[in-house]
Amino acid sequence: MASALIEKYMRSDKFPHMWCPGCGHGIIMRSIIEAIDRLGLEKDKVCVVSGIGCSSRAPGYMDFNTLHTTHGRALPFATGIKLANPDLHVIVVSGDGDSSAIGGNHLIHAARRNIDITTIVFNNNIYGMTGGQYSPTTPTNYFGTTAPYGNIDRSFDIAQLAGAAGATYTARSTVFHVPQLTNYIEKALNKKGFSLVEAISTCPTSFGRRNKKGDAVDMIKWLRDSAVTVTKASKMSAEELDGKFTIGEFKDTEAPEYVEQYEKLIERLKGEDDE
Amino acid sequence: MNNNFKLMQGNEACIEGALYAGMRFYSGYPITPSTELMEKSAVRLPLKGGKFIQMEDEIGGIAAAIGASLTGLKSMTGTSGPGFSLKQENIGYAAITEVPLVVVNIQRGGPSTGLPTSPAQGDVMQAMWGTHGDHPVIALSPSSVREMFELTVRAFNLAEKYRTPVILLADEIVGHMREKIVMPKAGELEVIDRKEPAPNQENYLPYAVEEGSHVPEIASFGKGYRFHVTGLMHDETGFPSNSTENAEKLLDRLMAKISENKEDIIDFDEYMTEDADIIILGYGGTARSVKSSVKELRKQGIKAGMFRPKTIWPFPEKRVKELSLQAKAILVAELNLGQYVLEVERVIKNNCKLGFVGKANGEVLMPDEITAKAKEVL
Repeated sequence: MASALIEKYMRSDKFPHMWCPGCGHGIIMRSIIEAIDRLGLEKDKVCVVSGIGCSSRAPGYMDFNTLHTTHGRALPFATGIKLANPDLHVIVVSGDGDSSAIGGNHLIHAARRNIDITTIVFNNNIYGMTGGQYSPTTPTNYFGTTAPYGNIDRSFDIAQLAGAAGATYTARSTVFHVPQLTNYIEKALNKKGFSLVEAISTCPTSFGRRNKKGDAVDMIKWLRDSAVTVTKASKMSAEELDGKFTIGEFKDTEAPEYVEQYEKLIERLKGEDDE
Repeated sequence: MNNNFKLMQGNEACIEGALYAGMRFYSGYPITPSTELMEKSAVRLPLKGGKFIQMEDEIGGIAAAIGASLTGLKSMTGTSGPGFSLKQENIGYAAITEVPLVVVNIQRGGPSTGLPTSPAQGDVMQAMWGTHGDHPVIALSPSSVREMFELTVRAFNLAEKYRTPVILLADEIVGHMREKIVMPKAGELEVIDRKEPAPNQENYLPYAVEEGSHVPEIASFGKGYRFHVTGLMHDETGFPSNSTENAEKLLDRLMAKISENKEDIIDFDEYMTEDADIIILGYGGTARSVKSSVKELRKQGIKAGMFRPKTIWPFPEKRVKELSLQAKAILVAELNLGQYVLEVERVIKNNCKLGFVGKANGEVLMPDEITAKAKEVL
């Protein structure tokens, strides 16, 4: 299955990829193409847009219309693409820093508009490409090169942030829970509106090493052991949830989609004086 | 009565010109004194089946316009002062990815929030050097409402022809001025569309150029070619390359697009320069005061003339040099503390005397101030 997907959807002449050994990002990339395959989306009609960072190199390996933009700005670029050509299925690939720090304002406004874009956040809890600075999702007390005494910041819950801002589908999974991750991405792609799937990834090089998380396999086991389903979490106490994070679907609703609303406006104005 | 006469504001004329040129996408963020660009676009674009979006910030404004242009729509973003600073990174992105785009800057007093409702011409050097790294730049400067229309059409034409961002570097004087405009009829002004590649090419290379051309035929997203666009240095395939040789080749080509086509890009206007002892160089709204000053000086028996670049960048080097060999002096008048004058100085060396008159306090330059300075320089 994997090799057939690679043959059909990947630019394998661009391999080897630039991610470090043990990086979880390849798993998420594979889940995206499997979800696209399940939905049978036409390759010419898929556009994958990214910002800057390790995650944002993924589109270069994917055989679609692909755009590697500036740091934090994937969503406004994608907004222009989707509004200008509504026939395209627009997917944004972004990291935790890219989507929720420098691009945080674009994230909440894309969610507010409910524009039909699917955002996949590759959340490895660190700025990996620049060598391990703490990000908005680095947990409190964890270490980064810019948090040498432990991070005193509180961290963002990106999936919940997007939901609160107006996204109509939000979910979180991990690179351990691959079938679940793929299902969520498929549902997100199918949602008419702004959808976001947060995929918790692993960065052994810049996050794991500094936080004594062991090797790549140990880190994936750590995801397995730290992830708690939304249902289970609702029955757990705050103490029991300490050091854990939730996975599951947080929001699945319907709301007017931005581009459709704009198309309706154009329709409504037809026949009006253009001067 | 001729229906083509209208009383119109400069910012409105800019959008009329954009629509004439085929603009179908505008994204921006409200800022004085350029907001009318958005307001007019919001009214007009949906009536033409085009798209307008008010983004969450200035950076989003330019990013969405670049995205839209990648799908084949002629796109514009507009701003002023602080907003122009915020857009700089993505102006460089459009330059290296070769995405046609028109960026309008209705200049106001700076730095920072400065004088939001007052005119200035303080972004001349920023238009050239604002984004990081070496990059091609085209910037145009309109002096009247009619020229806001014409130069916007030209900005789109140059953006499409050379696949590069073009800056319409206007100022609050012209942006907010209302005057009579004779609206160009359909077909009166040339309108250029970007070249799309022939369909079904095998081994399509989006960033390859044909012999003798420096402009690639990059397909629009969704038209059947699947390729990669990145702000990283890239090769003909569009994919990133760390090769120093490749980086040099790409930058050389980006610069050559402009430098080898200066004759086509550079445009200027002259008034009574033939026998002039003193040439007063002014652009944009300031050129209107320059023209009055030239007339006054002539009345007083002084042979003055005006040189008015409509293309600010690239610099009209050849003509300015010629004028410096013909005249006794050149006086540069601009609404800043001395920016374009530095470029004039570089080009004319010591061929003739050089003077400068400018200010940045929110007032316009009055003809009398220019006249007095001209006499002093001579």
